[in-house]
Amino acid sequence: MPGLGISFGRGGATTFQQDLANADCIVIMGSNMAECHPVGFQWVMEARERGATLIHVDPRFTRTSAMADTYVPLRAGSDIAFLGGLIHYLLENERYFHDYVVHYTNAPAILREDFQDTEDLDGLFSGYDPETGKYGPHTWQYEGMDGVVPAAGHKEVFSEPGAGGHGKVRGKHITEVPRDKTLQHPRCVFQVLKRHYARYTPDVVSRICGVPKELFLKVAKTLCDNSGRERTSAFCYAVGWTQHSVGVQYIRAAAIVQLLLGNIGRPGGGIMALRGHASIQGSSDIPTLYNLLPGYIPMPHAPDAQRLAQYIHNNESASGWWSQFPKYIVSLLKAYYGDAATKKNEWGFHWIPKLTGDHSHMSTVANMADGQVKGYFVMGENPVVGSMNGALQRKGLQKLEWLVVSDLTLTETAEFWRSAPEVLRGDVRPQDIQTEVFFIPAAAHTEKEGTFTNTQRLLQWHHKAVEAPGEARSDLSFLYELGRRLKKLYADSREEKDRAIQALTWDYPTKGPREEPEAEAVLREINGCTVADGKPVSGFTELKDDGSTACGCWLYSGCYADGVNQPARRKPGREQTWVASEWGWAWPANRRLLYNRASADLEGRPWSERKKYVWWDAQRGRWTGEDVPDFIADRPPSYRADKGDRGLDVISGDDPFLMQADGKGWLFAPSGMMDGPLPTHYEPLESPVPNFLYGQQCNPARHEWRRKDNPMHRAWGDPRYPYVVTTYRLTEHHTAGGMSRWLSWLSELQPELFVEVSPELAEEAELENGGWCTVYTARGEIECRVLVTERMRPLRLGGRRVHQVGLPYHWGYTGRVHGDSTNDLIGFTADPNVSIQESKAFTCNLLPGRRSHDRRAAFGWEPWPLPPGVVEVPRDLEGVGPPEQPPQDKE
Amino acid sequence: MGQKGFFTDTTLCIGCKACEVACKQWNQLPDDGFQLTGMSYDNTGHLGSSTWRHVAFVERPVPLPTQTVGLLDFSWLMASDVCKHCQRAGCLEACPTGAIIRTEFDTVYVQPDVCNGCGYCVAACPFGVVDRREDDGRAWKCTLCYDRLGEDMTPACAKACPTASIQFGDVDELRERAQRRVEQLHEKGLEQAYLYGADAENQPGTGGLNAFFLLVDKPEVYNLPPDPVVPTMKGREAWVSAGWGALGMAVVALGAVLLGREVVRG
Amino acid sequence: MGLFALFSRWPLLRQLRNKDSTALGETAMSARSEKLAPRTVQADKVVRSICPYCAVGCGQKVYVKDGRILDIEGDEDSPISRGRLCPKGAASFQLVTGTHRVTDVLYRRPRAMQWERIPLHKALDMIAERVKQARDSTWESHDDKGRTLNRTLGIAHLGGATLDNEENYLIKKLFTGGLGIVQVENQARI
Repeated sequence: MPGLGISFGRGGATTFQQDLANADCIVIMGSNMAECHPVGFQWVMEARERGATLIHVDPRFTRTSAMADTYVPLRAGSDIAFLGGLIHYLLENERYFHDYVVHYTNAPAILREDFQDTEDLDGLFSGYDPETGKYGPHTWQYEGMDGVVPAAGHKEVFSEPGAGGHGKVRGKHITEVPRDKTLQHPRCVFQVLKRHYARYTPDVVSRICGVPKELFLKVAKTLCDNSGRERTSAFCYAVGWTQHSVGVQYIRAAAIVQLLLGNIGRPGGGIMALRGHASIQGSSDIPTLYNLLPGYIPMPHAPDAQRLAQYIHNNESASGWWSQFPKYIVSLLKAYYGDAATKKNEWGFHWIPKLTGDHSHMSTVANMADGQVKGYFVMGENPVVGSMNGALQRKGLQKLEWLVVSDLTLTETAEFWRSAPEVLRGDVRPQDIQTEVFFIPAAAHTEKEGTFTNTQRLLQWHHKAVEAPGEARSDLSFLYELGRRLKKLYADSREEKDRAIQALTWDYPTKGPREEPEAEAVLREINGCTVADGKPVSGFTELKDDGSTACGCWLYSGCYADGVNQPARRKPGREQTWVASEWGWAWPANRRLLYNRASADLEGRPWSERKKYVWWDAQRGRWTGEDVPDFIADRPPSYRADKGDRGLDVISGDDPFLMQADGKGWLFAPSGMMDGPLPTHYEPLESPVPNFLYGQQCNPARHEWRRKDNPMHRAWGDPRYPYVVTTYRLTEHHTAGGMSRWLSWLSELQPELFVEVSPELAEEAELENGGWCTVYTARGEIECRVLVTERMRPLRLGGRRVHQVGLPYHWGYTGRVHGDSTNDLIGFTADPNVSIQESKAFTCNLLPGRRSHDRRAAFGWEPWPLPPGVVEVPRDLEGVGPPEQPPQDKE
Repeated sequence: MGQKGFFTDTTLCIGCKACEVACKQWNQLPDDGFQLTGMSYDNTGHLGSSTWRHVAFVERPVPLPTQTVGLLDFSWLMASDVCKHCQRAGCLEACPTGAIIRTEFDTVYVQPDVCNGCGYCVAACPFGVVDRREDDGRAWKCTLCYDRLGEDMTPACAKACPTASIQFGDVDELRERAQRRVEQLHEKGLEQAYLYGADAENQPGTGGLNAFFLLVDKPEVYNLPPDPVVPTMKGREAWVSAGWGALGMAVVALGAVLLGREVVRG
Repeated sequence: MGLFALFSRWPLLRQLRNKDSTALGETAMSARSEKLAPRTVQADKVVRSICPYCAVGCGQKVYVKDGRILDIEGDEDSPISRGRLCPKGAASFQLVTGTHRVTDVLYRRPRAMQWERIPLHKALDMIAERVKQARDSTWESHDDKGRTLNRTLGIAHLGGATLDNEENYLIKKLFTGGLGIVQVENQARI
């Protein structure tokens, strides 16, 4: 989650669910928390019962809205305009938390003279390279900085060619960055921010978002009234914010609001990222992501990381926590390659494969559809239903040599060769699909042990209750066995390319009648140990860069401290303080509320008695409080860094964001973001309207896949697709349905796919409640039932009326209940930071009745051309936008 | 043992249906079919032999005074319905086989090993709660987790409820809590809040409900009867009336005879 | 049953004894009702677990008897969930015990019309061979500028958000660290 990572230093929720109960105001936006996280929502309800104000901003009136004090409808895809409006409001009306902003954020930092804002370039920042369609961050720097200020969030950005500075020197001047604590200097971040959002007035917000002005002002005022020394407000978001072509910037915008209001690092404040799978946070921390190694260590890029020294040089920060980088990478390599990793062979660094560009899911599937991928492992996911352009996903699977699916049931992905719509329709015959498919039955959570990392960074161990049935096995067991076989197959090789698999440590102890690997041994490896005696380290501060320690994920180091499985701790909540530090184990270092140094003022005293959390105990000379202090434990508030200081010494006593090179919360991101230092309103790739603020219509750095099997609509106002559509989950189902659509108890509660429309739209499109409807885009068409509801309302954007419709996405062609897959409607497009798809705002059309053809662009259907007299409109200013790609899909 | 019951505070209900599923799980109940009803998010429709908790969804063109909702006059109410375990339980009194009993927790329990499926209870319930299952013909409804109560376990629905909309406990204590809650909501400006079936005074037709509700609109809106009366409630009255009737008829008959005699005599 | 016991079970006597004048209470209670107890009391162990659905991380208690799951409910000790579960969490009993579970390894030959069963160890052997073949035939040691790549783009992986951290760790370690597979992904990227 780089939006949070870049702003504050760590890519995880800044707070924990129970702490929401302490909030005086909670804004839920981009999330339908009551429906998607009902049990977590109890803490929101608790806050409401204690008198907090609950605000829900969403395109649809949902079960969350039903609980809110204020519900604000807005147009899907316009949230940055809304949040920008809040920033504008609290700057213009001087409602920001002055002392917090001056001391704890980079508001006073002065920027280089050659920085140009979107206000200067009609929607573009300086540093844009039209050749590559990418930004370089050099003009976004603090004045006088040598190189690029390293961001702490997603570090992979720095090993991008050209993006990285020179580790040893680039932070040299961090303590000497010119700052204006009066916030008056025209080039200080505060003034830049003011100018950037100068036009995000309540009128403009209303015009772009379709939100009545008075309602917007009510939200702004409530939020400000409930922030400050005595009061705090929290934000909750989920994929309603992230799944956009500007997704990461949505979170950045909220981060700016919360920093300005002084709500980060304080009880009842923060930004709660609500994640959708049991261990999705874990799968970013110990990533199954192409661009990361465990603990947000970047994967090396070929041009920048031929040697370990070069790689470290590009990633180590001279100041802040990432100055520790060499310890973490060397310890990781020791964990991977054991004795084979020596100082002489650079700890085996060259065995780590090198990146040359984007190798994300969508790129992989596009390559797959072009026949460039031979084998595919799908474990516990169902991309045919859960990923965008499902038909293109299936086309990719048809071109594989082999596919391995591991799951509890036969998902749509496992059955693509015989039950997919194009097969049932006869367009594709199973006899013509060459793909070999292996289905490996997976063990359920009750049949294996291990840790999940929940939405608040908390690792919780689940014990094994019973043996898995039949030949079902845990993925741990499957991987272990596969690894053993591969090591055997490569054992006699003399080729250099096979040295890595030979060197890989893979000697996990096994147990039980089936000789399955012990998950706890893997957790031990993740925690790290001293190589000499194998003793677990107590935390990442004990890691070394001399090969004497091995650690699988520095961020999780401490989870097996003292040889104790910390995530398995289960001291009952009622026997502890409300922070419950002895239940499970949270990264980092068991801290529950991040950046909690900021809950105290400059002198280390709580901002107020009411919001007391962590403070400086002068007598003991330590930070103390309700939680593990998120600071150097004995560094007094009065400590000031000297000019010559390096590493952690640079962090002053009033720098609460110690991961950051400058110890400050980043209102302005001098680096780390691929699409600009400040969030800017861009329209979704398919929008009903032109960008009201800039000539640049869409995110100029976005990713596009311009393919015949992935057609897009006109940039805005496409008469063929007049309605805005947003997709979502229901309480009664789970993601692609593999864990819910097979269960009678859940399926009966929501048996069929439906589209939610307003009564006005139902009349316009001649739809009947309970009747059938065909929804189509250029990618294809699906059929579903109609729910006509007052919960959906047409919006007014200036003089224009815009209809929005909602589609849940849980259905597919296998399961106890089935139906068409909503994601078949969505195209491949992505945000440039994390390559996430844009599924929360696009356009479509509706027809009454069932579909007639089941058309899919990925299987040869050509969408209708634009009507005569209607021409394409550009998404970009001239010379801007993603570079033309070589023609693909030539069949 | 004391009286046990539910206080369902609908202002806390988020319509998640955890209660429906937790009940099905604990009691191992079958599904009720897979049809989209088109009635908001409600696809189970009503309580029945296999659905012992049911969440109603009410989309109404009336605002809640405590809520600001865009430009609309609109609110979405949710309420989890259940067997009321009436003080005067029609089903219990109608059951001719002794299959339905009042337990030591003052709850009403259908004993499946005794029930012969006569169905008298179905007609006797003013709420339409009791229902016969098609396959075995027997009557089924919420047991208030009678098996769990014996071990001091909370009923499955109340335990699962994420927002404490369903509260389980001693009825006296629940009544007090509910009364305080109503007052609190009135203070907040939600003057429409009231208790449904909290006691005999509140609902004479049932003698009060052991599973009662806090509502913010008329009962009909939630598909609850506004003035439920247990059929047997009128039993005594009926007998007394019948007695008076018989007496009257006797008087008339006697009068006729006496009068007739006089006429004859006259 | 002795004569006395039989006699004392006579409903009228019970009714008198229990002061159950309407005979709607204890008197009418069947033997089954008298002995009724929650099935969880039969459990030989209660195992602590975590709900596998969303990321709230609710505590679960799994009641087991003779190696079979009797019941799954919320764990009151959890400071996050306090014993509560949503409908999905409450349905996890059906998720793990339901008939939808496939418990055999299935194999679909190229161009085949149906699945066939194969033993797990054979499937593992076949998959390992295919990984090796695909890796060896698509290996890129250097790019066209002579820079080291040490990787394959011929194999890809998807999944992780529903797996354990330990499993994800082995995926990354084996696929990326051991085999040079770059395209290790899970679709929820943010």
